[in-house]
Amino acid sequence: MGFNIYDFTGMTHNMHVSFMEHMSPLMTTIVEWTIIGVCYLLFIALFGLFLVYAERKVCAMFQQRMGPMRVGYWGLLQTIADFIKLLMKELITPKGVDKFLYNLAPFIIMIATFMAMAVLPFAKGLQTLDFDIGVFYVTAVSSIGVIGILIAGWSSNNKYSLIGAMRSGAQILSYELSVSLSLVTMIILAGSMQLSVIVEGQRDAWFIFKGHVPALIAFVIFLIAGTAETNRGPFDLAEAESELTAGFHTEYSGIKFAFFFLAEYINMFIVAAMAVTVFLGGWMPLHFGSLESFNHVMDFIPPLVWFFLKVGGVIFLIMWFKWTFPRLRVDQILTLEWKYLLPINLVNILLMSLVVLTKFHL
Amino acid sequence: MESSALILFFITAVTLVGLALVFSSYVPPSSYNEAKFEPYECGIETIGETWNQYTVGYYLFAILFLVFDVETVFVFPWATVMKEVGMVGFVEILIFFAILGLGLFYGWKKHALKWE
Repeated sequence: MGFNIYDFTGMTHNMHVSFMEHMSPLMTTIVEWTIIGVCYLLFIALFGLFLVYAERKVCAMFQQRMGPMRVGYWGLLQTIADFIKLLMKELITPKGVDKFLYNLAPFIIMIATFMAMAVLPFAKGLQTLDFDIGVFYVTAVSSIGVIGILIAGWSSNNKYSLIGAMRSGAQILSYELSVSLSLVTMIILAGSMQLSVIVEGQRDAWFIFKGHVPALIAFVIFLIAGTAETNRGPFDLAEAESELTAGFHTEYSGIKFAFFFLAEYINMFIVAAMAVTVFLGGWMPLHFGSLESFNHVMDFIPPLVWFFLKVGGVIFLIMWFKWTFPRLRVDQILTLEWKYLLPINLVNILLMSLVVLTKFHL
Repeated sequence: MESSALILFFITAVTLVGLALVFSSYVPPSSYNEAKFEPYECGIETIGETWNQYTVGYYLFAILFLVFDVETVFVFPWATVMKEVGMVGFVEILIFFAILGLGLFYGWKKHALKWE
């Protein structure tokens, strides 16, 4: 029963067996799911807080400032302090809101992000659910979030919220297409929707190298659409703070606001993780065909480190977008999606299937 | 087995999020203030109804989305078996995309894709 950092299958299996020895099956299920739930919750909280900190630092660096510096070493504890403050804030329910929907919205958004994370493969064997329709599941579940946003905006009885929710709804719905179609492009290459199979298929070369030009186009489209779907970067007109204060979550306070805020950052992580899993080889190390010694050195780095390095890279890219491009108008956003990305995507799918048919890929 | 695991995951998620909400509705202090519960519109009192009619443009895009989203659902299983069905599948999807592209083109010419 060793702890193997390169393959977690043995560890989780051993844990399951030893639980089964000492407890009844029902008790085992409860204990296992509590462990999983607590792990995910901790991960969401800690990684979300880290992302908020990273964003503030990255933003500061782009603007030649220092960013948060006071709380903790280099401001490391700043977001934790912020989170504790949010946790201790009173929950205000303004008058005139639709109470049931108003309370339901943060639930829907948080649970949608929580559920979408269930299938992400962090490392070999470190994946809670391994569906054979994994990619489809992620796109399906993460699109539930938009219902939460619409409900939040509508039930708040606030004009800013309503406008923000409508914009956000139109935007997320539109870019949903590009996300799923660019994933379809890669499914053609992978021949499976199961995320573990997709990662395993990239052992010799990542799909972005394998698929030639179509894969590259799909990657770019996925990044743009993914950024739009998380309401971020140049596509953040749903919560354009200079016109709508905070968009659909204007009326929320305390932990409910924290849920929206956290969900946004975790959604960014999910987009980055999907990009990494489908395009950049998941937790697979970087390999170059014939460079044996280089490949061995790369193999030595654990999968978890690889995964988070790549995710960090993609997240940095998404943050880079945000602090580089000015905010788009709603007509520009919809034009970009419906007149450019969607036709390009359809042609790209045909291109990719031609590549696969002619066995042109590696 | 996996769908039951999914339900378990859902229950875990609901419980944990719910616990956080319960914590926050009891622990923080609360006070009453008349102005605090007004809708926040930058200090100005709200004028008129909030829940009224809204730009139809968003509705049009929702309809367009519906068409293309159903199309995506059809494309997913095709993409999975693309390698097995080969050339026949490719020609079939070509026809499918041609019809779809025609629809998009029609919408384009009808100015359905133009924001106004």
